[in-house]
Amino acid sequence: MIDQLFTEAVLVGILASGIRLATPYLYASIGETLSQRSGVLNLGVEGQMLLGAFTAFYITFTTGNLWLGVLAAMFVGLLMGLAMAFVTINLQAEQGISGIGFYLFGLGMSDLLFQKMLGTVATVSGFRPIHIPWLSDLPIIGKILFSQNILVYGAYLLVAVTWFVLNKTTLGLKIKAVGESPQAADSLGVSVSRIRYLTVSVGGMLSGLAGASLSIALLNVFQQNMTSGLGFIAVALVYFGGWRPFAVMGGALLFSMVNSLQLWVQVLNIPIPSDFAVMMPYVLTIIALVITVQRVRPPSALTKPFERGH
Amino acid sequence: MTEKKTLPSGHSQILQMEMHGITKRFPGVVANFKVDFDVRAGEVHALLGENGAGKSTLMKVLYGMYQPDEGQIKLDGTPVTIHSPVDSIKQGIGMIHQHFMLVESLTVAENVALGMPSTRGPLTDLKKVSARIYELAEIYGLRVDPDAYVWQLAVGQQQRVEIIKALYRGAALLILDEPTAVLTPQEVDEFFVTMRQMVTDGHALIFISHKLHEVLDISNRVSVLRDGEMIGTIPTQGATKTQLAEMMVGRPLGEIKIRQQSKTSQTRLVLQDVCSQSDRGTPALKNVSFEVCAGEILGVAGVSGNGQKELAEVITGMRPVTSGKIILDTQDVTGKSPKVLMGRSLSYIPEERMRDGMIKEFTVAENLILREHDQMPFSRRGFLDLKAISEHSEGLIQDYNVKTPSLETTVKSLSGGNIQKLVLAREISRRPHTLIAAQPTRGLDIGATEYVHHRLLEQREAGTATLLISEDLDEIMALSDRIAVIFEGEIMGVVPRDQATAEQIGLLMAGVAETAAK
Repeated sequence: MIDQLFTEAVLVGILASGIRLATPYLYASIGETLSQRSGVLNLGVEGQMLLGAFTAFYITFTTGNLWLGVLAAMFVGLLMGLAMAFVTINLQAEQGISGIGFYLFGLGMSDLLFQKMLGTVATVSGFRPIHIPWLSDLPIIGKILFSQNILVYGAYLLVAVTWFVLNKTTLGLKIKAVGESPQAADSLGVSVSRIRYLTVSVGGMLSGLAGASLSIALLNVFQQNMTSGLGFIAVALVYFGGWRPFAVMGGALLFSMVNSLQLWVQVLNIPIPSDFAVMMPYVLTIIALVITVQRVRPPSALTKPFERGH
Repeated sequence: MTEKKTLPSGHSQILQMEMHGITKRFPGVVANFKVDFDVRAGEVHALLGENGAGKSTLMKVLYGMYQPDEGQIKLDGTPVTIHSPVDSIKQGIGMIHQHFMLVESLTVAENVALGMPSTRGPLTDLKKVSARIYELAEIYGLRVDPDAYVWQLAVGQQQRVEIIKALYRGAALLILDEPTAVLTPQEVDEFFVTMRQMVTDGHALIFISHKLHEVLDISNRVSVLRDGEMIGTIPTQGATKTQLAEMMVGRPLGEIKIRQQSKTSQTRLVLQDVCSQSDRGTPALKNVSFEVCAGEILGVAGVSGNGQKELAEVITGMRPVTSGKIILDTQDVTGKSPKVLMGRSLSYIPEERMRDGMIKEFTVAENLILREHDQMPFSRRGFLDLKAISEHSEGLIQDYNVKTPSLETTVKSLSGGNIQKLVLAREISRRPHTLIAAQPTRGLDIGATEYVHHRLLEQREAGTATLLISEDLDEIMALSDRIAVIFEGEIMGVVPRDQATAEQIGLLMAGVAETAAK
């Protein structure tokens, strides 16, 4: 039974889908990393993803254009991010609570739109794997790494780009300074609110994209509450990765690999109760968080609104 | 007017900065009222005043952090408007804030580069920045390693980074907001050497302080602010401490006199090889041993962050001891809870009075019975006796001269001095055997400070064993019978007050152990 897992085909399958399943986590958690690095905890990721997923699906469903769907999802995410920025930066609302508010808004709104505009579960033909000459034909590696769709590659590229921005650019320096010591940044003429607006809205945009990657690249359907906690896992992954893009990616991969494993366990009818199998990635996340979170210090100004002179 | 020179940093001078008739109002307060102030190239102009006199407000106006309601700022005769720190930096004004404006998790070079345009466009040019830091360090004698992380640096080094940061931005006029508050006496001397160098080179310096001897030592002119108004500007030459203090407070000050020690040898508090950890899990106290006797004040001197906070918390039962013993009135109380310690007549004036001393949303009366709220006569079978509480509070408020509109006023709306009086009233009126006073006058004005000192000395007369933890060396020297110096969690030495000199204490504060001491 259990030895069914250890055939080449199955192992390749597990790894390939693990890489693919990490996509929405990557977009969402990298966006969240940017936002948290500047000092804003956005718990509304899940809601932004749901609206992004619906928008991408609906636009693709009605126009047949996948890229239009992606852009629309990013735009909706951006709007949600701007709203979150306004509430937490201008109105100085408590970040955790406003985030939950945006989550509930996204959950309800995507459901309402779904009921009114689609009514039933439909499917679209989403992004397809790209065949890269030579690379895709490599044995094993080709199937695992180089037979994925464009949004998967985009997600991994985003990790590298974000690392570069945070560590090699003046913008990254400003983002980190604003998240660690907004007073210091302000005294040097860095606009704390402008930087936070930027990171929170880009974070929202990426959450929208994360939603799109789910509804028009990974599953190719839209259902009510289809993210089922994925956005919150993405927030947890940011803590797990200690606010460093590549470590966040490591967390996303670990989580998705375990997830992929449990899916294959179910597919192969291995007699482990499916409830336990489904639980595995989450239990793992909690354990990993407990082990890792204690040794990394979050950005000092995380969740603290900034006011000059305080 | 003299010719404008180029400063060694390569930027041009500000020959004269003038502020005319600056008025700044906040809701309910006039922080500055028609204040005139000026500074010229090649001088140190000291700005003196008590807390809340309006010094910081005036300087924040100059640095662009506040907009004045009335008044004008002129640089070399030309009126300027400064909307934000960006503007003031462009004009050549730099500010070294009392609480350093550094990002601890970034390197020195990154801190210096922050907010500045880079020669590589969107990419950082940290190599160039580092080279420039070395250059400036060379010119001004400010040694720092550009690649070090700020959290790794000692306070004195962090201050150098702040100065380099300002010079890097081309500051010709520097506002120094209480720069010596966090330094040891030797570091202050070193800092003054840098200041004199800068003045000789043609910088204009504004020096904010409330330490009179430093002002007399370093400045060319002194201006005194009181209650938001300019009391006067006088040349430092010929000025005396008494004169300046009277200008600050508006009345003559009493002298602190220490009477002969009442010779009781009864030991009240003993620490034996006490070790403890900081919040980060690093060792904060290393084999701390000392004793405090009835009727004496043991002062603990040291630069901020050398274990003072942990020391107070360990004795008051708020932080676990990892090894060692604490003995209170001959009984071992190591690891006992604050409640048990309270029962053993230990009182505590905490460093963070708004966080650990008072519940700011509670009323004056509620705060005054916080310790004994569940005991007779304030509480009977679980019910509060409001009459007893208000009588008790009424009495304390009169005895301790607390200015509050009523007993029902929440503590957060009182001034710092009055809040500290409430803490003293609650802690001292219990007639403690042992009193831990942590930074009891931090942030208080001269009047309130005087009051606290008076009360502490009164306790000493009454036979209380007092441990006074303070970062203000003048305060330690004025009140203590013996002085213990703490450095990186270790007691470097305990010196009787009459044998102690500021130099000797300063060396111990910097971690230089006494080899010559017997």
